[in-house]
Amino acid sequence: MEGLETYLIVATVIAAGVLLFAGAMGAARALRPQVCSAEKSLTYESGVDAEGSGWAQSQIRYYLYAFLYLIFAVDAVYLFPWVTVVKDLGWATLGEMGVFLGVIAIGLIHAIRRGVLRWI
Amino acid sequence: MNAPSVDYTAVAPMLAVFVAALVAVLVEAFAPRAQRFIIQVFLATVSIATALIFVVYLATQDTSKTTAGGAVVIDGPALFLQGTILVLALMAVLTMADEASPESSAFTAQASAVPGSVDEARASRLGLVQTEIYPLILFSLVGMLLFPASNDLLTMFIALEVLSLPLYLLCGMARRRRLLSQEASLKYFLLGAFSSAFFLFGAALLYGFAGSVRLSAIAAAIADGGGTTAASAVVGKDGLLLMGIGLLAVGLLFKVGAVPFQSWTPDVYQGAPTPVTGFMAACTKVAAFGALLRIAYVAIPGVRWDWQPVIWVIAALTMLVGSIIAIVQADVKRMLAYSSIAHAGFILVGLLAMDRAGIGAVLFYLAAYGFTTIGAFALVTMVRTSTPDGGVGGEATHLSQWQGLGKRSPWLAAIFTLFLLAFAGIPLTSGFTSKFAVFSAAADQAPWGPGLVVVGVAASAIAVFFYIRVIVLMYFNDSVGDAVTVTRPGALTTLAVGVGVVATIGLGILPSAALGLANSSSVFLP
Amino acid sequence: MTLISAAEPGVYQAAEGTVQSGAWLLVALPALGAAILLVGGRKTDKWGHWLGVVMSWAAFVWGALLFFSLLGADAEERAIHLHLFTWIQAGTFQLDAGLLVDQLSIAFVLLVTFVGSLIHVYSVAYMEHDPDRRRFFAYLNLFVASMLLLVLADSYLLMFVGWEGVGLASYLLIGFWNHNPAYATAAKKAFIVNRVGDVGLSLAIMAMFAAFGSVSFTDVFANADSASENKLTVIGLLLLVGACGKSAQFPLQSWLGDAMAGPTPVSALIHAATMVTAGVYLVVRSGPVYIGAPDAQLVVVIVGAITLVYGAIVGCAKDDIKKALAASTMSQIGYMMLAAGLGPVGAAFAIFHLLTHGFFKAGMFLGAGSVMHGMNDSVNMRTFGRLSGVMKITWVTFGLGWLAIIGFPLLSGFWSKDKIIEAAFIGEGWRPWVFGLTAMLAAGITAFYMSRLFFMTFQGKEKRWNDDAHPHESPALMTVPMMILAIGSAFLGLALGVTNGLVHWLEPVTGAHGEEEPVLSVPVITGATLVLVAVGVALAWRMYWQASVPVTAPRGSLLTRAARHDLFQDDINEGLFMRPGQYLTRALVFVDNRGVDGAVRGLAALIGGLGGRLRLLQTGLVRSYAASMLAGVVILLGGMLAVRL
Repeated sequence: MEGLETYLIVATVIAAGVLLFAGAMGAARALRPQVCSAEKSLTYESGVDAEGSGWAQSQIRYYLYAFLYLIFAVDAVYLFPWVTVVKDLGWATLGEMGVFLGVIAIGLIHAIRRGVLRWI
Repeated sequence: MNAPSVDYTAVAPMLAVFVAALVAVLVEAFAPRAQRFIIQVFLATVSIATALIFVVYLATQDTSKTTAGGAVVIDGPALFLQGTILVLALMAVLTMADEASPESSAFTAQASAVPGSVDEARASRLGLVQTEIYPLILFSLVGMLLFPASNDLLTMFIALEVLSLPLYLLCGMARRRRLLSQEASLKYFLLGAFSSAFFLFGAALLYGFAGSVRLSAIAAAIADGGGTTAASAVVGKDGLLLMGIGLLAVGLLFKVGAVPFQSWTPDVYQGAPTPVTGFMAACTKVAAFGALLRIAYVAIPGVRWDWQPVIWVIAALTMLVGSIIAIVQADVKRMLAYSSIAHAGFILVGLLAMDRAGIGAVLFYLAAYGFTTIGAFALVTMVRTSTPDGGVGGEATHLSQWQGLGKRSPWLAAIFTLFLLAFAGIPLTSGFTSKFAVFSAAADQAPWGPGLVVVGVAASAIAVFFYIRVIVLMYFNDSVGDAVTVTRPGALTTLAVGVGVVATIGLGILPSAALGLANSSSVFLP
Repeated sequence: MTLISAAEPGVYQAAEGTVQSGAWLLVALPALGAAILLVGGRKTDKWGHWLGVVMSWAAFVWGALLFFSLLGADAEERAIHLHLFTWIQAGTFQLDAGLLVDQLSIAFVLLVTFVGSLIHVYSVAYMEHDPDRRRFFAYLNLFVASMLLLVLADSYLLMFVGWEGVGLASYLLIGFWNHNPAYATAAKKAFIVNRVGDVGLSLAIMAMFAAFGSVSFTDVFANADSASENKLTVIGLLLLVGACGKSAQFPLQSWLGDAMAGPTPVSALIHAATMVTAGVYLVVRSGPVYIGAPDAQLVVVIVGAITLVYGAIVGCAKDDIKKALAASTMSQIGYMMLAAGLGPVGAAFAIFHLLTHGFFKAGMFLGAGSVMHGMNDSVNMRTFGRLSGVMKITWVTFGLGWLAIIGFPLLSGFWSKDKIIEAAFIGEGWRPWVFGLTAMLAAGITAFYMSRLFFMTFQGKEKRWNDDAHPHESPALMTVPMMILAIGSAFLGLALGVTNGLVHWLEPVTGAHGEEEPVLSVPVITGATLVLVAVGVALAWRMYWQASVPVTAPRGSLLTRAARHDLFQDDINEGLFMRPGQYLTRALVFVDNRGVDGAVRGLAALIGGLGGRLRLLQTGLVRSYAASMLAGVVILLGGMLAVRL
């Protein structure tokens, strides 16, 4: 497995870390007395009793804004490098970029028609 | 700096479907609700048919070429697979479009309405018809067409995402048992994203090895033993190559549902609306195996001694696990899901052959399997529970509900039997020819070929049991009262099922023409 | 790669002339008949049965012409190959379909078409009052076509198509009166047990393909010489599984008795004369494979011997005339299987006995049908007795069949069965003694149970008829075929046996063998067999002719009761395969077992238990799926790297 030797150091460090952790925890477990109680297995919440479960639901509506943001962001990320070379590439690419923007625009139009952008 | 030129004729099939998909989005936005259904179905069928005509035209031109700066390649396998995908997609769209009434539709009236909510009740009271599926299908189809035709790893990744994302949505659109459907959708999405990440990681590692994502460049780098760029002058980057291949394979094997990446298949197949399941099972499999074939035969044949043993094990496991677990399934859709896993294993056997016979066998298998699968799922949509007031309820997919169908609905039972026999690989059906083709391609490959064929044969024998079991249920057991009705299929479904039947029998009795086509299409453009 | 190449030059002759190149008509004619009758529907009700009869006779005429054209050829040129069409051809991948007409297959063709046609004629009268007579004839024609395809195929694959075809026809005909749930269950049982056999055969075909790269008879046999013994043993055993399923041999024999639910002409044609002998055909045809695998041969002989005794014992206790005949069929096929397993020494006699058995057993089944026809469809022999007076033709024809099967000197069975017993005595060590004595003893038991059947039905002290029974002779359409078959039962053995004509005729197929001597001298064997037969008949005469037979069966000894229950075959199947499988499955997973019953389900349940365990991985939780995928990725990458190391 030539070429991967450099990763040997990383692997050694990880292995050492795992060993250290396992050794410490194992030693502690071997040495300490074990008395279980319901109190002890509660989640530690800075002295306040934990309430409900760890799962929480959030409104799916927010994802729509996230998606729309993503569309414009990716859009821009793609446009900037193109801008630097548009002169060399010629007029044809302008049209092609128009197609690209047009496709995104269609998606946006659809979103608008569906009332996604209305603020509730 | 020159902009890459695009040969628009060569990509015309994809463009046709893509433009139609964009128009379909606008139709969703602007057309009046009442007319959307007609327009969408028209748009979908016409665009797929147009694309098919383009594919046939390109096939007659007989010129393999790369285009779009080498990102897309149009060669024999690509055209064969594109043609297959388009025909299958057309069948799938026909089964989706065949809705006698909104009530009997497989799709929810309004996907965004929370299950059990007031919105949902209102949408179904208004008799809304789901039409967003058509643009989604078309977008997915664009990805599927591009997938086997992509000539570099990035294009392939984009195609993978384009085909996957709409499918995730489509899976969540079932009209009944919506929570199950949405759960399937979410599972598919999460696991799909997980696997895509592996694919991308693999592509990155291969780029690190070869200094290019172009498949031919990777092959060249393998051939001269370590890279073409200055950075890769460092000798011995086999680790990158092998891990890259492995991770790339994970992404693709996930899509075809090979063990151990199959866990999503049964849940998603069961939860998704049945016509979508048929579409997924047939078209996704064709597209993903197309990409797998291209990578195996174009990019990495040079190191096949390294990856073949691993794929060997995966193929054997996939055949066995799929066949064995299928036996204990009590749900038709889940059973077909495991059957599709087992078939993925059989196709992998052909892929391993690494010669033209292997490519031809895989291409033929994909086509034959696709036809039978879409037909089978179309039949599943017809067997419904009865509501107390005598109406038509949801699909009756529990096997106990299929008891005695042979007496009550002889045609359906007979055709389903035919499809099951084809899945089982009984002679005179397409399934036999295709299994024979892959096994014979693999059997030639010493030293590992015969062993895999033996595993494959054992798996087929196991599989026969559960296919026969359904036949026995349908014909020998008494039916369970009036709880199940068989709806009369509309003209479109009948057409789709008919095509499936004709293909299943035709490819079994007189497969020469199709096999010949598959074999003559089996040359990849390097 | 060539799957099935055309016959090698010099091995098989190409077909010449109209008669030979038209051999495909043999299959096509009855198939056409079946198609017309099935597609034509009710419109063909009026004349449909006659169409079936004509098609069957036409096939016989063509078969006879073909036979004479072979007869006219030199002995070496009697195997002709007819290339039909290229089934699958693409690139280097080729699969041809063709027919092989040689000494063995033409013998089967004549048997199937002649006996089949007679039974067609008989059925015209027998099924006269059945509203579905046309459908019945469609299935019969379908059967004849499939059976001919089975014996004429030039490759294992094409033979498998015919094999499935006869299975389908058999299943359709057993369940012909499927409004009776018991009959439908019988059909189902036959269906399932046969699937076990089919899986064996298809595995054999695949194994051949893996080993030789071809499944045509020519290629397989050419390669069999050089193949390793292990390969041949595996193939031979798998073929035997197929043969056992189709021919109701131990341990897959349970379906044959139940198959008697079908109309009697079906029992005569399919479950006595032709289809059930397909297993013997398979073993004889595969001779070159078995020659290289002595262990597989031994298993064939053992299976034959076990079934031979099993059928004979069961036959002694059955009161149902058809089931007693079915047990006898099983036992007689055991003889053939035993002979086939002996290799070239016995194979020709297996076919000889198969032909004579086809005649006398079909004749007796038709006789049984005639009796049932006159006795209000009763099958219980305890309600017959002294029918000789009222059904003279049936009595005489049945009597000839009875004498033939017990091996009365100079009648057919004497020639064919005694040869098998002699052949069983050939060999070295313990084998000739065990198998020879088994075969000889079974001849005595055969004489007993067949005499019992004959005396209980036609002779005896008194008439035990039901009050509403008014026995009468059957119409000429039924009695004429019975008479013809009776003549065959009487003299076929003489015609073929005295000159050893059939054995010489078959020699190119079965292989030549030297002049091996049995461990006992031939007159001793013949004499001892005849004595045993005489004892059997005398015993039956005392018990069932001289003594009165109670109408309700006495409880009987333990053996009698066991035999009545088919020696607990069903219970053994259930206990051995089904129950443990079910328990295992239930223990592992909560699979409900309401689906299919029977032994196969148990087998499936065994695998299902494994499936159930694997199913536990399918938790439905996306996190565990992702974890399993990740584990898969790690293993896959580990595998990739491990391969390189």
